[in-house]
Amino acid sequence: MSDNSPAVKKETTADEAALLPPVDVVEDASGITLYADLPGVPKEKLNLHVEADTLTIEGEIDLEMPGGMEASHAEVSLPRYRRVFTLSKELDASKVSAEFRNGVLKLAIPKAEHAQPRKVEVKIL
Amino acid sequence: MMYRSLFPRDVLAELNRLQREMQQAFHLSPSIRGIARGGFPAMNVGGTPQSVDIFAFAPGIDPATLDVQIEKGVLTVAGERKRDLPGEEATVHIDERFDGRFRRVVTLPDDVDANAVDAKYRDGVLRISIGRKQSAQPRRITIQ
Repeated sequence: MSDNSPAVKKETTADEAALLPPVDVVEDASGITLYADLPGVPKEKLNLHVEADTLTIEGEIDLEMPGGMEASHAEVSLPRYRRVFTLSKELDASKVSAEFRNGVLKLAIPKAEHAQPRKVEVKIL
Repeated sequence: MMYRSLFPRDVLAELNRLQREMQQAFHLSPSIRGIARGGFPAMNVGGTPQSVDIFAFAPGIDPATLDVQIEKGVLTVAGERKRDLPGEEATVHIDERFDGRFRRVVTLPDDVDANAVDAKYRDGVLRISIGRKQSAQPRRITIQ
């Protein structure tokens, strides 16, 4: 799944209570890899959003609960996750690729091409 | 290091500690197995008149390696979450996700039927549904 276009979605307000998913962030020569734990979020309720240099990860938890269920103990007490990261300039936000399996999101953010040397042509007038 | 305090996880760790202390202070007779909040996997327990449902939030685990047992009214969920080892040249910037072996134990109510268990793993959540004994079901008594 690759989602780098600003998806049409209802804007969730930043102050809406949400869980902060735990993440691992690893960097190597090719770019940054981010892993996030989002258990209970089905693929279609995961929302990745890149705008300017801000990466937003949002997900709604959807557990099939039988009607009339009463919670007797709850450690996961909010139905959504949300976490925002600021990307740095050398990362290419338009080439983010994402995998989502068994509640674990893996995001690969490559480093931008512009880091490579470019020849500047000088015109003689 | 000044920038460390800017990371929210440190604030959260402090809040967790505070919450733990508060719970210990107010919870005068905690369960013998402790409160275990913040353990892995996080668990929600709910019930209906027909069943008891345990949700274990254990993402990124091969369900075949999960060990779920019910013995003498105690449910145990155990397993291991392996970490994808980063390459030699890689730098780890944030490391918050759990890895390693885990084991969590839940005391079940007395009226569950240990033979009517159904366990499913979906979207990183293990859901264990245990039926209640027929004899414990609420029954309407007709008045003659």
